[in-house]
Amino acid sequence: MIRAILALIFFATQAHSETIVLGLSQDSVSITATFDGSDILIFGAVSRTAPEPLDKGKLGVIIAVSGPDQTVSVFRKQRRMGIWVNTDEVIVDRAPSFYAVATSGPIEDVLSDTEDLRNRVTIPRAIRSVGATVDDSDTFSQALIRIRAKDALFQMNAGAVDLEQDTLFRTSFSLPANLIEGDYLARIFLTRGGKVIDTHSTVIPVQKVGLERWLYNLAHVQPFFYGLLSLVIAIAAGWAASAGAAALKR
Amino acid sequence: MQLYLPIAEVSVNIFLILGLGGLVGVLSGMFGVGGGFLITPLLFFVGIPPAVAVATSTNQIVASSFSALLAHLKRRTVDLRMGTVLLIGGLVGSTLGLLIFNYLRSLGQVDLLVSLFYVVFLGIIGALMLVESLNAILKSRKPGARKTRKHHYWVHNLPLKVKFRVSGLYISVIPPLLVGVLVGILSAIMGVGGGFIMVPAMIYLLGMPTKVVIGTSLFQIIFVTAYTTMLHATTNYTVDIMLALLLIVGGVIGAQVGTRIGAKLKAESLRILLALLVLLVCGKLGLDLLLQPAELYSLKAAGDL
Repeated sequence: MIRAILALIFFATQAHSETIVLGLSQDSVSITATFDGSDILIFGAVSRTAPEPLDKGKLGVIIAVSGPDQTVSVFRKQRRMGIWVNTDEVIVDRAPSFYAVATSGPIEDVLSDTEDLRNRVTIPRAIRSVGATVDDSDTFSQALIRIRAKDALFQMNAGAVDLEQDTLFRTSFSLPANLIEGDYLARIFLTRGGKVIDTHSTVIPVQKVGLERWLYNLAHVQPFFYGLLSLVIAIAAGWAASAGAAALKR
Repeated sequence: MQLYLPIAEVSVNIFLILGLGGLVGVLSGMFGVGGGFLITPLLFFVGIPPAVAVATSTNQIVASSFSALLAHLKRRTVDLRMGTVLLIGGLVGSTLGLLIFNYLRSLGQVDLLVSLFYVVFLGIIGALMLVESLNAILKSRKPGARKTRKHHYWVHNLPLKVKFRVSGLYISVIPPLLVGVLVGILSAIMGVGGGFIMVPAMIYLLGMPTKVVIGTSLFQIIFVTAYTTMLHATTNYTVDIMLALLLIVGGVIGAQVGTRIGAKLKAESLRILLALLVLLVCGKLGLDLLLQPAELYSLKAAGDL
């Protein structure tokens, strides 16, 4: 692996003075019947055509992995006639179904606010909510982040990127079991003094495979047949149960 | 051992779901109930999305009811004509129920609707059963107390009378149709067979003899739940075959154990146990509505179940 990285460094482009060379432990994630979450290792190196410009601030690496965007309704409960009911709704136009950020140091050290705004790196910036009809729509966005973070769908791991000798970096993301399918985007930002000096991105497809794929497709493409199939299984099981019980009695 | 459910899109422990199916199977074998009213809330508690829980448990009910119906058909304790009338009502009701279900789902209120239905119906049925079986025990201790059978005369005065030979009744088809509609609505919204509503209604409202009640209700339940399964599968894509299969396997084994336990207990004490169980589930769901939840906010993504 290290030899491959070194080779990549050697052949790396010379456009910027410092650029990213990237590797992944796996190109895609397969959701099988026994899928129970997955770890992805993202590693790489900083390739330089000139000596390290130490006068421009400290080097930082930020890696953000995001799942497919969704429109999410956030509901808030209030007590009405003695019971707790969803009363307010705010629609968040765009929120990633999964979002994890790992950095090589505290976020305020490795990324300036303007760069964060421009590149939508941190979790609050990755969510877009416009046209909310409720006064305190911010609390709804915060609730979205809080709930997703509790399910490990949003992760903020400051300092989780190992940066060795300002050249080699690596981190691992744990994808939870309740993933949705789609193309996951891994973005890597190389910063110096809080400014982004190079970015690199790669797509990691997450897909159901095998039986999971077949059943999911059948349910959505041939719902009538799928419904019949589930009934046939149920009837067969019911019949087998009574036949089995009769055999036991004899 | 974890299993990823293709439709629910969550990973569950196989043995937990098998155990749930088994537990409900034991209860349904002991008490002779379908157990849908227990399986749906239990699936909520283990984190299955409510829409999937409701749709999948209707599929499970088809399996557990079918084996019971076979036994009743053999004993000729099924009133097919009455069953068909109830069924026609049931199909209308379950279509209505699904429309209500989908409308409230679009408003984000489906969890509330399902919980409220559970609390109200389980509360009423549980309380009635408890009072009834306690009375029965008290009466059986007083010798000489006579059973008087109530007649609901208004039922006999409605038009469109039909002869139901197996039940020995000559009554209007309107009351059984209405009972069918009500049970159909419940089936679509609560993911239950509705036996716990239909059986008392058939005995006390229609005046059917007790020996044909269970078989006839099973006949109606199988077709209505099969129809509901198809409705959920084709409009919402929420029937999870893998989940259903696990529940069915657990349930089939559990039912055999339950039947044996049930045969050793007295009918009255069995009914008191069932009533307490129903009230327990009702109380848990009721408290969730009454107490302030730890998280006031909830999410629903577009394309979520």
